[in-house]
Amino acid sequence: MSRVALVTGGSRGIGRAVALRLAADGHAVVVNYAANMAAADEVVEAITANGGTAMVVQADVGDTDAVSAMFKEVEERLGRVEVLVNNAGITRDGLLLRMGPDAWDQVIETNLRSVYLCSRAAMRGMLRSRWGRIISVSSISGISGNPGQANYAASKAGIIGFSKSIAREIGSRNITVNVVAPGFIETDMTEELGTEIAQEVASRVAVGRLGRPEEIAAAVGYLASDDAAYVTGQTLVVDGGLAL
Amino acid sequence: MERTEIESKLTDLLVDELGIERDDIRSDAKFEEDLDVDSLGVVELLMALEDNFGVKIPDEEAEQITTVGEAVDLVEAKLNG
Repeated sequence: MSRVALVTGGSRGIGRAVALRLAADGHAVVVNYAANMAAADEVVEAITANGGTAMVVQADVGDTDAVSAMFKEVEERLGRVEVLVNNAGITRDGLLLRMGPDAWDQVIETNLRSVYLCSRAAMRGMLRSRWGRIISVSSISGISGNPGQANYAASKAGIIGFSKSIAREIGSRNITVNVVAPGFIETDMTEELGTEIAQEVASRVAVGRLGRPEEIAAAVGYLASDDAAYVTGQTLVVDGGLAL
Repeated sequence: MERTEIESKLTDLLVDELGIERDDIRSDAKFEEDLDVDSLGVVELLMALEDNFGVKIPDEEAEQITTVGEAVDLVEAKLNG
């Protein structure tokens, strides 16, 4: 069945792959972006070229008013959001001793506050539909921890606790709330780390390589489907066996 | 808007959407204790009333609602306010 699916941070990396996947699964896709309009437009063009329905919407998802305006616009143009993918995320890495309050606040706001704001905004429509999927992209950092990522790991662990709580709150209304926790995926975000670190990580992955954004999108696609109706409050780790 | 109209709509919602017995619905009936409507159910009822009567009920005010009569009072106050 076709639903309206909103993907935050949908212009690049994992979000882009998720947007393309959900469109391929027949959903109308909203590609949210913060700054890179050209990349978001490109995703929408790729979807519409394949006969799908898609729109872009700019919003800083850590901002209360911007999130309200985004949902209003989407509901007017496409209808209620019934699949929400909280994907937007940033990193401001550094050792804790060198991590200033700005680096902490920015990461928590974009990665965790956004999940609260968007989930709350989407929930009204989902309750009316008596059907909904909230899927948030966490990280293996939020489960295992990662030196230099205290802020990022805290935000990603926060997503897991948040999702379990909401899953219990609204499970009786056919709304499931799940998390996908990627390991090392080939994106702009991990490219910043350099090839040396990438090779070192790959050597610790059971599958022996970094992951592809499409492999995360496949997990999201499953959790968004009717097949996953009995799966809620879960964290699906998609890391090639990195954190075993 | 007549108060009875609000009462009647709320009663219909309780009966049709939540399967509450019509005879159990009195003005002083408590949603959670008397009607077995959970807190999420109360939120949903208020959303339905908002849609039906075109009013906006702020979260802080919604949290204060415990009885059928209070819900009707609130919607009536919003309509006339």
